[in-house]
Amino acid sequence: MTALDTPTPLRPATEPRSRPGTGRVFAAVLRRDLMVTGRELWVILVQVGLTPLFMLFVFDTVLGSQGLVGRGFADVFLPGIIALAALTTALQSVALPLVKEFGFTMEIEDRLMAPLPTGYVAIGKLVIATIRGLLAAVLIYPLGALMVGSAPWRPAGLPLAFVVALLGAWIGGAIGMSLATTLPVQRINVTFSVILTPIIWTGCIHYPWPRLSSVPWYQVVTALNPMTYVSEGVRGALLPGVPHLPGWVCLTVLTGVAVVLTWVSVRCFNRRAIQ
Amino acid sequence: MPSRDGPAVVEVDDLVKRYPRADTNAVDGLSFTVAPGEIFGLFGPNGAGKSTTVGILTTRLRATGGRVVVGGVDVGRDPAAARAQLAVVPQHNNLDRALTPRQNLVYHATYHGVRRREAQARAAELLERFGLTERADRRIEAYSGGMAQRLMIARALTHEPTVLFLDEPTNALDPQTRLLIWGQLRELRARGVAIVLTTHAMNEAARVVDRVGIVDHGRLLTLDTPTNLVRGLAGDALLDLTVTPAGGDDPDALCAALGELTGVRKAERLATPTGPPGGRPGGLAGVGAGGAAMLAALAAGGGRPGGGRLAALAGAGLLGRGGGAAGNGGRGRLRIRLHLAGDAATLLGPAVAALAARSAAVNAVDISEPSLEDVFIELTGRQPR
Repeated sequence: MTALDTPTPLRPATEPRSRPGTGRVFAAVLRRDLMVTGRELWVILVQVGLTPLFMLFVFDTVLGSQGLVGRGFADVFLPGIIALAALTTALQSVALPLVKEFGFTMEIEDRLMAPLPTGYVAIGKLVIATIRGLLAAVLIYPLGALMVGSAPWRPAGLPLAFVVALLGAWIGGAIGMSLATTLPVQRINVTFSVILTPIIWTGCIHYPWPRLSSVPWYQVVTALNPMTYVSEGVRGALLPGVPHLPGWVCLTVLTGVAVVLTWVSVRCFNRRAIQ
Repeated sequence: MPSRDGPAVVEVDDLVKRYPRADTNAVDGLSFTVAPGEIFGLFGPNGAGKSTTVGILTTRLRATGGRVVVGGVDVGRDPAAARAQLAVVPQHNNLDRALTPRQNLVYHATYHGVRRREAQARAAELLERFGLTERADRRIEAYSGGMAQRLMIARALTHEPTVLFLDEPTNALDPQTRLLIWGQLRELRARGVAIVLTTHAMNEAARVVDRVGIVDHGRLLTLDTPTNLVRGLAGDALLDLTVTPAGGDDPDALCAALGELTGVRKAERLATPTGPPGGRPGGLAGVGAGGAAMLAALAAGGGRPGGGRLAALAGAGLLGRGGGAAGNGGRGRLRIRLHLAGDAATLLGPAVAALAARSAAVNAVDISEPSLEDVFIELTGRQPR
């Protein structure tokens, strides 16, 4: 091939291009992320599996065998672990790639230059993060059950657990996107620790929220963490017998937080994408 | 508007951009148009405002004022529709590392609404055109700079843009890749694609660009064809003289004296070179013994006043020998550039004679054609930014 090859005549360039439909472009942008997600399934497994499974192993199998933790603890803990997987996987799976894509490689430019309002690219990221978060939640359920030898099983509660996990994953994605598009790259690691650690430890993963009445100030702190409503929602759906926040409270709070954080994160994304 | 095939596809009208917390405008009332099938060079020193301008034209930056239309779409009002009209090839490698080179092209086309089967066909054709077929399914990380650049241009073409923006398209590339890229740009022009390019390789770009806009401090300094710009601002020829003035002679007065010669449009002092003289390729550099004799003969043959004296001076060794950094090590030497209205050969004799009259020794003579870069330096100065 040489520079002198005659190219196939395409559309005459003087004809203005018609703008493709937003839905089709959005689907194409989403398809790229889905393809990459599919290829990285094992990464998600590792990302998702290690911390929660180790937590389960230590809290249930190790401490349980020493008699330090009661036998019922695994049942209370597993719904929290499912909720944790949904929210944190979504958070990490949007934040880390975005830091890279908006960083020195600027790989995202190709998608930002698609004939699509920039906010849709951000929404696409949230959709993918939510899918990854849900995938994590769905995977951790049987894996956790295998680890501890049992799991609460209540088919009637699964739809509610699914919706709560979905909202939790969406919120995790929105938090991740807001952080990745506003923080300087050099501070991203420390901020993750500062943000993720309190989310995990004040998120009622290990304990039902109503039982915190013995430490009222801590109960107030946990009520400010959206993770609490994800944990409580999943726990309530799978273990209605354990004291928990009512499902409608969890759904209302999570929907409200999701709406606010969607607005915030898309705005942060747009400000980063267009100066 | 120097229309080639219809109305302008890029219209920039009184464009202003001020960044938050900045004291001055990065772009300050810029206006120009680009026609279909035109290659438009937007040149300027670093920080002149050209990247900001291209950023606004390509919807990545929001203008503070003015109006920008690309492919008939107002960029400020409907950036998403404007993006359907344009493609960008940035200076940095922004290829999608999660995809193979072929997938980069296919996915890019689908982002612009091209159906998958059609996108695959276009990708195959473009990979062939840019000599990348054999490495189309490897990892992007294995690509050299030149291959990445070719792939980025190929990617930009998958959705057949009306306007193509290129930022330093041949920066740090080997000659083969540069030839390929310039060739492809000419073909695109022939098909009616408007091309806006920014580059510092101006003399190379001058061979392909139809018009040039030179910007500095956010303003358009000039806008014309490369030929008109060179003729109008730099003159028909350049005569660079490296001379050692006589003791006590004022360098500025010497320069002014040369500027007053008939046929000299402007005389200016250049920085004294640190290396060997005659940096411009093709010049008559380093006047050694033979060169001095030739100059003397030229001056004498020209029959102009002083020519005979020049011959005598040459014979007496007043013309610098060797021309290089030897001798006095370059101290006290001057480099003077004469912008000429006509042929340099006819002015060489009078110039050397004028120098001889002031007892100045000529160390080197360099005749060259003025270039776009000379125009650029003339307009934007020699100070690095």
